[in-house]
Amino acid sequence: MWGYIGRRLLATIPVIAVVAVLVFLMLRLTPGDPAAVIAGPSATEQDIVEIRDKLGLDKPLPVQFARWVGGMFVGDFGESFFYKRQVSALIADRIEPTLSLAALTIVLATLIAVPLGTLAAWRQGSWIDRSVMAFSVLGFSVPVFVVGYLLIGFFSVKLGWFPVQGYQRIGEGVGGWLHRLVLPAFTLAVIYVALLARMTRTSVLEVLNEDYVRTARAKGLPNRKVLLYHALRNAAVPIVTVIGIGIALLIGGVVVTESVYNIPGLGRLTVDAVLARDYPTVQAVILLFSLAYVLINLAIDLLYTVLDPRIRY
Amino acid sequence: MSISAMLKRGALGAMVAGAMLASASAQAQSVLRFVPHSDLKIVDPIWTTAYITRNHGYMIYDTLFAMDAKGEIKPQMVDKWTVSPDNLTWTFVLRDGLVFHDDKPVTSEDVVASLRRWSARDSMGQKLFSFVKDLSAVDAKTFRITLNAPTGLVLLALGKPSSNVPFIMPKRVADTPPNEQIKEYIGSGPFVFQAAEWKPGDRAVYTKFAKYRPRSEPPSGMAGGKVVKVDRVEWRIMPDGQTAVNALRAGEVDIVEDTASDLLPVVSKDPNIRMFDQNPLGNQYVFRFNTTVKPFDNPKVRQALFYAFNQEDFLKGVHGDPKYYKVCKALFICGTTFETQAGMADKLESNFKKAREMLQEAGYDGTPIVLMHSTDLQVLTNLAPVAKSLMERAGFKVDMQSMDWQSLVARRTKRDAPSAGGWHAFLTSWVAADVLNPVGTAFLNSSCDKALFGWPCDERMEKLRDDFARETDPAKQKAIAEQVQLRYLEVPTHVNLGQWYKPIALRRNVEGMIVAPVIALWNIEKK
Repeated sequence: MWGYIGRRLLATIPVIAVVAVLVFLMLRLTPGDPAAVIAGPSATEQDIVEIRDKLGLDKPLPVQFARWVGGMFVGDFGESFFYKRQVSALIADRIEPTLSLAALTIVLATLIAVPLGTLAAWRQGSWIDRSVMAFSVLGFSVPVFVVGYLLIGFFSVKLGWFPVQGYQRIGEGVGGWLHRLVLPAFTLAVIYVALLARMTRTSVLEVLNEDYVRTARAKGLPNRKVLLYHALRNAAVPIVTVIGIGIALLIGGVVVTESVYNIPGLGRLTVDAVLARDYPTVQAVILLFSLAYVLINLAIDLLYTVLDPRIRY
Repeated sequence: MSISAMLKRGALGAMVAGAMLASASAQAQSVLRFVPHSDLKIVDPIWTTAYITRNHGYMIYDTLFAMDAKGEIKPQMVDKWTVSPDNLTWTFVLRDGLVFHDDKPVTSEDVVASLRRWSARDSMGQKLFSFVKDLSAVDAKTFRITLNAPTGLVLLALGKPSSNVPFIMPKRVADTPPNEQIKEYIGSGPFVFQAAEWKPGDRAVYTKFAKYRPRSEPPSGMAGGKVVKVDRVEWRIMPDGQTAVNALRAGEVDIVEDTASDLLPVVSKDPNIRMFDQNPLGNQYVFRFNTTVKPFDNPKVRQALFYAFNQEDFLKGVHGDPKYYKVCKALFICGTTFETQAGMADKLESNFKKAREMLQEAGYDGTPIVLMHSTDLQVLTNLAPVAKSLMERAGFKVDMQSMDWQSLVARRTKRDAPSAGGWHAFLTSWVAADVLNPVGTAFLNSSCDKALFGWPCDERMEKLRDDFARETDPAKQKAIAEQVQLRYLEVPTHVNLGQWYKPIALRRNVEGMIVAPVIALWNIEKK
């Protein structure tokens, strides 16, 4: 097991290296010049040249790349072109809202989707099943920002139950933190619930047709026990896989949701940095997202061994 | 009761009382929550010309002079000043009681250092300083500018309302090389910048500067008494326009500076919100040529656009409702000192026949015009398609290329051939305060390589701008401004496409907003 974890961790190095090269090149190949953005509307050509020089953007690409990679080896992700702060400090400042939003979304989505999917499978063909499937299709089809605006319009502007925007740090009170996060998390969870409920339904349906479920029923176990201990547990591996895959959806969704709800997290930081061509910030955030994605996949793989004792590494 | 129990109870009581006091104090503190038009990323208003940084500058710094609501330059930090009979020596005395946020008095040494740094960056400052023989501190409150030739620019430049504004900083800060950003944010303005609370992308916080001594005159434009009536101003950064509007409707913020035109009808129907036309001068749309490439290297081809275009189509295309725009052919903003209609009678009327004739005379060979189209700024997005349509009707071939604004900003600095990554033209907008006179209007700069992107080259235009700078008689300045406009029509540097306005949206309990070319957050109170 430990050997497997070690090998997987080693395998992340080439993945991250490829991501680093791609991100670096894609940013440089994208039209736009951070120096021109920084200089402002009335800046002269000379002003822009000076800024480019100061930022090191006039150096050849291999030199810029070597500097960036060299810095990373000593934990220096560079300084934001715009904020004049270390990128690591910017990320540290922004990571809590994003982690909070992601975690709450996963919890909400799992709590909603797994029972819904299980119920749909249990009552296959009934109005419950059809409603859950209809919701799934809708959840997939409606863009996150539309869901966000609709929820804000109704629950925040009309009813005044939740704040329209903003974030409160968890250290300032769990109540306030939760109050501000519920709506964004629910917004982001919609697509996730759609995906997860559908997957749960399919997996549970498959398991419900297995012999051991029939045996469980035959020996007189109540439905609740059959579902929880026999069907759901055995359907868990594909469900957990989908939760893992969903992290990628979540990363994309966080960017949109944080913009709609004005949450100062990594998603907003990414959008702002991309629009302003703040290369060091974009590079660091994308690397971080990639690393998170790789590690989450590893965690999911390890979780398989807990859910299914037959799986061994 | 034991002593220990009494002490515990006493401590508890003190804590409760303290908490109540703190709570009362927090309640008493009035906070103005303002959504600015963009994120505050750079906080040196001399280093960048970005409007958001300029607005930050007005919060924490003060100026020697300022423009009032009538467009006249009035003293601000200056108490009195004298000019020698030959107009060469200007002596200024600062007001009493001016202090920086670190409690140190504002001295003329600070002023001298600040003006030197500003003049190294600002185009109008550079022009003014081409006349300056000496700038020196006479005593702690007096400083003197000695000129090598008379100029009418002294007050115009020192009181210019928009970027770069000559803000006064402490000497140790102003001694920062002009091409480096300052690292200390101390001013003598009405608000103190709370740097520790500044979270780029989220918020910037300012508190009332208790020792600020406002002028006794009522506020007018950027001039007059800057009386702060709230304890704290929070700039809440909200890049999403819909979110900002929702937050305003829900009462989570008090003022939204920039409301997208398509949201204005929704906002203005909300009974708790009112619209305020804070900047009646508005903004001006412009079409900028690259004069270094064919066919726009030929002034005749550029002139043809004055016949192809009409302002209404552009303005309507973006703003729709006529109350948010004004057709104004004057180059220097309608309703201001240097407004003139000279030479404009038959221009900007979409006379396609005339435009075609001019193109034929100019020998236009059908070269496709690479027109850069920015797609992500709502106030600009519809301009390029309108331009394309009008140009094609006049006989131009147009290759409109869409991109985001930052790509456009980068590409407009490129001098390559349009077919190889360069460009022919793009459309943008200026705040009216930036285009009030021939020297301030950056696009009129026709000094070839030293001019802004587009690089127009015209000795006559430069001479006229110099004449304007030298002239001290307002009537003669006006006459020169008229000549500048006529020359602009002969050898066009750009095409002015009318004025547009965007009212500020604010909660009804917010009062005291000032009409000014730049947003001013003093004098405002929440009822």
